[in-house]
Amino acid sequence: MTPYLSLAIWVPIVAGIAVLGLTRDRDAGKARWVALVGALAGFVVTIPLFTRFDTTTSAMQFVERTEWIPYFDIYYHLGVDGISVLFVILNSLITLLVIWAGWEAIKVRVAQYMAAFLLMSGFLNGTFAALDGILFYVFFEAMLIPMYIIIGVWGGENRVYAAIKFFLYTLMGSLLMLVAFIYLYNKSGSFAIQDWMELPLSLRTQILIFVAFFAAFAVKVPMWPVHTWLPDAHPEAPTGGSVVLAAITLKIGAYGFARFVLPILPDASRELSGMMIVLSLIAIIYIGLVALIQADMKRLIAYSSISHMGFVTLGLFFFSVTGAEGALIQMLSHGLVSAAMFLWVGVLYDRMHTHLIADFGGVANSMPKLAAFVMLFSMANAGLPGTSGFVGEWLVILAAVKFNFWIGVLTATQLILGAAYTLWMYKRVIYGDIANPRVAALTDVSRREFWLLGTLAGLVLLVGVWPKPFIDVMHVSVIDLLGQVARSKL
Amino acid sequence: MTMQQIYLAIPLVPLLASIVVGLWGRKLPRAAAHWITTLAVAISFVASIVVYRDVMAGNTFNGDVYVWAMIGEVRMAVGFLIDPLTAMMLIVVTFVSLMVHVYTIGYMADDDGYARFFSYICLFTFSMLMLVMSNNFLQLFFGWEAVGLVSYLLIGFWFKRPTAIYANLKAFMANRVGDFGFIVGIGLVLAYFGSIDYAEVFAKAPAAAATTIDVWGIAPWSLLTVTCICLFVGAMGKSAQVPLHVWLPDSMEGPTPISALIHAATMVTAGIFMVARMSPLFEHSTTALAVVTVIGATGALFLGILGMVQFDIKRVVAYSTLSQLGYMTVALGVSAYAGAMFHLMTHAFFKALLFLGAGSVIIALHHDQDMRNMGGLRKYMPITYWTMLIGSLALCGMPPFAGFFSKDVIIEAARDSHIPGHAYAYACVLLGAFVTAFYTFRLMFMTFHGSERFRTAVHHDQEHEDATTEAAGGAHDDGHGAEHAIEPKESPWVVTVPLVLLAIPSILAGWVAIGPMAFGDYFGKSIFVLPAHDVLGELKAGWHGAAAFLVHGMQAPSFWLALAGIAAAAYLYLVNIALPARLARAAGGLYAFLLNNYYVDRFNDWFFAGGFRAIGGLFSNVGDRRIIEGIVNGSAAFIAWCGRLLRPLQSGYVYHYAFTMIIGLFALLTWWVIR
Repeated sequence: MTPYLSLAIWVPIVAGIAVLGLTRDRDAGKARWVALVGALAGFVVTIPLFTRFDTTTSAMQFVERTEWIPYFDIYYHLGVDGISVLFVILNSLITLLVIWAGWEAIKVRVAQYMAAFLLMSGFLNGTFAALDGILFYVFFEAMLIPMYIIIGVWGGENRVYAAIKFFLYTLMGSLLMLVAFIYLYNKSGSFAIQDWMELPLSLRTQILIFVAFFAAFAVKVPMWPVHTWLPDAHPEAPTGGSVVLAAITLKIGAYGFARFVLPILPDASRELSGMMIVLSLIAIIYIGLVALIQADMKRLIAYSSISHMGFVTLGLFFFSVTGAEGALIQMLSHGLVSAAMFLWVGVLYDRMHTHLIADFGGVANSMPKLAAFVMLFSMANAGLPGTSGFVGEWLVILAAVKFNFWIGVLTATQLILGAAYTLWMYKRVIYGDIANPRVAALTDVSRREFWLLGTLAGLVLLVGVWPKPFIDVMHVSVIDLLGQVARSKL
Repeated sequence: MTMQQIYLAIPLVPLLASIVVGLWGRKLPRAAAHWITTLAVAISFVASIVVYRDVMAGNTFNGDVYVWAMIGEVRMAVGFLIDPLTAMMLIVVTFVSLMVHVYTIGYMADDDGYARFFSYICLFTFSMLMLVMSNNFLQLFFGWEAVGLVSYLLIGFWFKRPTAIYANLKAFMANRVGDFGFIVGIGLVLAYFGSIDYAEVFAKAPAAAATTIDVWGIAPWSLLTVTCICLFVGAMGKSAQVPLHVWLPDSMEGPTPISALIHAATMVTAGIFMVARMSPLFEHSTTALAVVTVIGATGALFLGILGMVQFDIKRVVAYSTLSQLGYMTVALGVSAYAGAMFHLMTHAFFKALLFLGAGSVIIALHHDQDMRNMGGLRKYMPITYWTMLIGSLALCGMPPFAGFFSKDVIIEAARDSHIPGHAYAYACVLLGAFVTAFYTFRLMFMTFHGSERFRTAVHHDQEHEDATTEAAGGAHDDGHGAEHAIEPKESPWVVTVPLVLLAIPSILAGWVAIGPMAFGDYFGKSIFVLPAHDVLGELKAGWHGAAAFLVHGMQAPSFWLALAGIAAAAYLYLVNIALPARLARAAGGLYAFLLNNYYVDRFNDWFFAGGFRAIGGLFSNVGDRRIIEGIVNGSAAFIAWCGRLLRPLQSGYVYHYAFTMIIGLFALLTWWVIR
């Protein structure tokens, strides 16, 4: 059997290392091509994960397991189920788009930039595919490094502050997670995540481990109130960094809740679901209002991301099929939509070197094609039916109303807030008369940019019009997950 | 072709045309843009007639096209429900859309965004058709939001105008507030009925009538009351009911063809259609029906009154639309769903006619919309005048025009109903008859009669017109100089033919349709009325054919009130033309109150838009920056402070370390000795 998961992890990493051999300035062109081919290969090897995926079983698929550090029972153990498989594919696709997006905009240290993204991609795939706690932890921490470098080297003016903040914030949480892993190992004698799922734990222990996991994953999501690193990181990160950060790394946090917290700590999850729901609602409403008044497009989209991720954590902690599938499809959709949002901001940034809303106005006059794309993605961000953004919000809102009428009402305010901050930004940036000579001089999207945005537009519409194949992929695993949450470990 | 294929073709052909023209419109010749889209809508129209005849033959259809998602046991699908209610909507939507497409060829002739405009209105037609053909709540919500999107795009069509992009955002937001209630209502439906398919939900509705839920924590509420009120909030947004009506007058910033199609004839009636479709749910909640009645009645009268003081010709018609939507809502509230649908249909014809007529006037006056600059146009634009007169008479409810029949049914239903609040509704719709007649003929007299004020008027055009000249190209490039002499002339045939074609049903639709629709069993099973609520059934006892209804109606107070309205308008705007200004001065504050839409807009801007921004600012600056960031950066600062405190210990000088060691040794020895 072909080790597709290993390929998904190591093809981009090997390509990244190869690109690092081309660091001389005159090799920049070569570095771009090697990186693109590497990313393309990395994406192609993930396609069988979708086409050969068996949607009738919740068991791990494409499993690989070999000894890694036998002394501690640590295995190189990979596998995906319906919950993780889509994110491996999404990540490889986004990496491809990001490499292509940085084609012209990145002019200094091209090879290092491309390599950072390729390495990042491999680490992220590893995080989604790892079934061994330590392997997961290694990938989980490893991915901080390329992102730290991406923000710190190719970022904006305040990049060092943002990079350090990003690094420390996420590291803090993950150390507590490591402690929890070691505790679980001592209890179970195994680092296999699936063994931990079977391990009986007292409620008190579960709650302590919940706190440790929460520290790691809530920061990543990010959930209120540990979210403030994100709005600082985004405006400083280069376009590609923002895209990967929003589209994929945030998903790791939510994935962590689905993979670790719910099945390993079912009783604590049920016990603390009220807290999770409240925090998620704060994310939706409070952060939605904060997004409204942002003056910087990237900050606005960053807050919008937090708000959208609130739907993910909310949907997961209703413990209902509708909610959980809504949460997972929302993760997928947010991966596409936030990537697209940051890409179009990047298109403008490449031309104007600013992402302040006030510097724009009337972009539709000089860039009608971009205006059309931005309209589509804005509508997806606002959750309009027919776009992917709708599917998750729809399901989570329906689940919320079923859970409790008033929680449903609060969740549904996203319809108003999401539209308000997204379309108000659209009005100020894209609509209107030409605001200044620099806007007048803008040239519309290039062929490369057109296809970048067009690919995402097609996917956004596909998921919106026909989400069934994607939901079918996750369905059996979700049922299994909910069964695990419902089963007490006490 | 099988019927199923025809059903599919009805929405998909316009969608395809919209995509083609939208993507390649710039490369296609202008004529191609209008031919492709107009033909597509014509095909839909013909197909709708075929479907209508098929439904009349007794064939209905309820089936899925494809499964959108399976969520556990819940099936979410895209599918069609074809019954008399749908068939009627199909005819109305495709017919008005076709008229508007033809009209647009003339109206937008010189606009730069020609292809874009056709793409949008064709996309609108698709969305609206999906909405009315749906057999489930998912697709209903899709169509619901999609028409809102196209409305947003079209109100902001001239996106350089600050007023247009203010209006379109406002429209979308108001609609979203409605949709917020709507989606909660759908959530309740799914939670308690376990399905979002109409047929399944409606089948379970009688059993659910007794179900209560605990909403407030005090007393249990009927599930269906809560659900229906939530759903109706959606209708309030889309169909511009008080207090979510604020977006509709502003939506007149959009080009006139869409005011006719979207903001008069079809989209704004989606809420009416939805409630009629949901009649099996609403019937089981008298409370919800009473809410519907009162809200509709309030709009019918009080929003109509606002139309009496407007000077912008399109705004008069817009307020009239708000008022007429109120009439339809009253009909829904008193369980006269068939009456509401009947009025929806006649209104679609005559209101589209009035808007398109107003557009024709606007073209003739080079995009001046101020009625104070009009007058005496009757002899220059005879076709526009006569067709608009027909539309006006229909709107006022003058027999035997279409509006007379449909409006009289509503007024009588409100009178004879037993729903709480029906007396208030009856008073509102009755007085509304006077108001309607007054503002309608005020419009007619100011526009077509009296002195030719356009010759002397300084064409102080709306300031945004200047912004438009570039955006929209020549059509609006009218160079308003003081010397500018306007010689109004009748509009080209593409404009007048739709007027004539809309005038025909404005005359006949009422006479022909009242029998089967209001008092017959045209709607059959598609509308459900409890026997206890069946006010139309009671009225049916006195139904002896359209002619008798007509004679009877001419003795009713509504007819005389309408005549009084026309007479008052004639006195004020033909005879004693100085009086209105004097009255306005005398009324002072009240006049300003009306002119400013009861200050609702100002309140909304201050309270909601301003309030949310203020709260957002508070959360951002205090919550995020001070408190959370304070803790985050504070903890970093605390560690740095600890470091600074301890730093002197690591000075790097050997004698410091040696001294420390000696002290340490000394201390240890001391401790060891005295222990």
